[in-house]
Amino acid sequence: MNIIKKFSLGLLITLFLSISAHADKIRIGTEGAYPPWNSKDASGKLIGFEVELAWTLCRYIGKQCEIVEQDWDGMIPALLMRKFDAIMAGMSITAERQKTITFSQGYADEVAQLAVMKGSSLEGMDTPSGINLSLGGSDVKSALKTLTAALSGKTVCVQTATIHQNFLDSGDVGSVNVRTYKTQDEVNLDLASGRCDAALAAAVAFTDYAEKSGKPVVLVGPTFSGGAFGNGVGVGLRKGGDGEVGTRDAQLLKDFNKAIDQARKNGDISRIAIKWFGFDASM
Amino acid sequence: MDFELMINSFPKLLNATVITLKLLSASLFFGLFIGLLFAVLRMNKNPIINKFAYGYSYVFRGTPLLVQIFIIYFGLGQIEYLRSTALWVILKEPYWCAIIAFALNTGAYTSEILRSAFQTIKPGFIEAGKSLGISNKIIFYKIQIPIAIRQSLPAYGNEIILMLKGTSLASTVTLMDLTGVAKYIISTTFKPIEVFIVAGSIYLFMTFLIHNLIKFLEKKYSY
Repeated sequence: MNIIKKFSLGLLITLFLSISAHADKIRIGTEGAYPPWNSKDASGKLIGFEVELAWTLCRYIGKQCEIVEQDWDGMIPALLMRKFDAIMAGMSITAERQKTITFSQGYADEVAQLAVMKGSSLEGMDTPSGINLSLGGSDVKSALKTLTAALSGKTVCVQTATIHQNFLDSGDVGSVNVRTYKTQDEVNLDLASGRCDAALAAAVAFTDYAEKSGKPVVLVGPTFSGGAFGNGVGVGLRKGGDGEVGTRDAQLLKDFNKAIDQARKNGDISRIAIKWFGFDASM
Repeated sequence: MDFELMINSFPKLLNATVITLKLLSASLFFGLFIGLLFAVLRMNKNPIINKFAYGYSYVFRGTPLLVQIFIIYFGLGQIEYLRSTALWVILKEPYWCAIIAFALNTGAYTSEILRSAFQTIKPGFIEAGKSLGISNKIIFYKIQIPIAIRQSLPAYGNEIILMLKGTSLASTVTLMDLTGVAKYIISTTFKPIEVFIVAGSIYLFMTFLIHNLIKFLEKKYSY
């Protein structure tokens, strides 16, 4: 009996310690499956632009951090359920998401682009090299018209719950046959297998895949920004509110904004971006 | 708790239930044939045929359904040779890949259920048939199969319910079944609890119907 008592007491103490240790740590959620933004190396360790940036921001904030892995489709619900305190997962700042959570200022910007396999009929589309949906204008309109015609009846694959899915669902390019996948890896696999006529994601996600797999993946059409694609990638946070927890969430937003300012000024974001993307994606 | 979302998502989820039921019925249809075939092969005296049938059910019962569906969908899709054959017309479609995986899986379980049902048939029934001069073929179709089906009803009812829940894995290969649409709604509303409660209730209701149908059949065919 005595042993059991001692054991359970020990268990309680460890439990308590681990809870209180949590309280002052910033837990950051990331997907670990969206290279080069965030991914895992062969040993399962989280790596990538955002993982390195997260440690840097934590240093500026001056608090201990822990990086938590979370599937993309449960990212925002997990933040709301307090499984972690911040999202750094290549998540673009969009009006849609801002209804539910809040974002720090953007730290990096990505453009989205369509990808096809070499030899596809979609190659050589006549569009400007990039369009900003927020700007509008005749250029954007004619580009969307070209895309609508080219993609009509085609299957376009995207990762679920992304800006890319939102864009295709918005009807801006007509009613394409959208197929959604849990991870970008699966999108890449089905693009290569020919089940998808095209795929839409961050352009860097495709160049990264093409480089690593050696598959003839080519980017086509314009790069997309603005509108459904949001305004850069920021740290996703819970909206602050009343009470101790709400104040803590509001403070976290201030802390991250300040840390991003400092990291930008010192050139940290640019340096890390160039290391992982091969170009300066910082903002 | 967002009740408005629950009410709004209900018709969309009900719509998706049609796909779930299509997947279930197609898988059970093909699975029953596969199961019956392999149950008969299992009872064959030839050790090679016997072992082959045993191997099939061993592999499909010994690996997770999720792994099977991934191998058939993503795995076979990677084989370049396959993509140039006529088979690709079927394997290209997530719908057929899911049905193939489900049918092979439920077929393995069904073959075991039917085999044990065949083996519990009292030798007296077959001997009675033989003593009346009925041919082996007729004995099999008119005596063994009906008794085996009755014997396997409770276990097979369970298998149908397991398969119903198994169809939720179709959403992992891009199909918009009940679970797929639930996930889609969550991806825009970020409210998993509400949506999954509604989706779960629909599954529960279908289980309720299947359960009662099997109970009814058991009573009707009791002897």
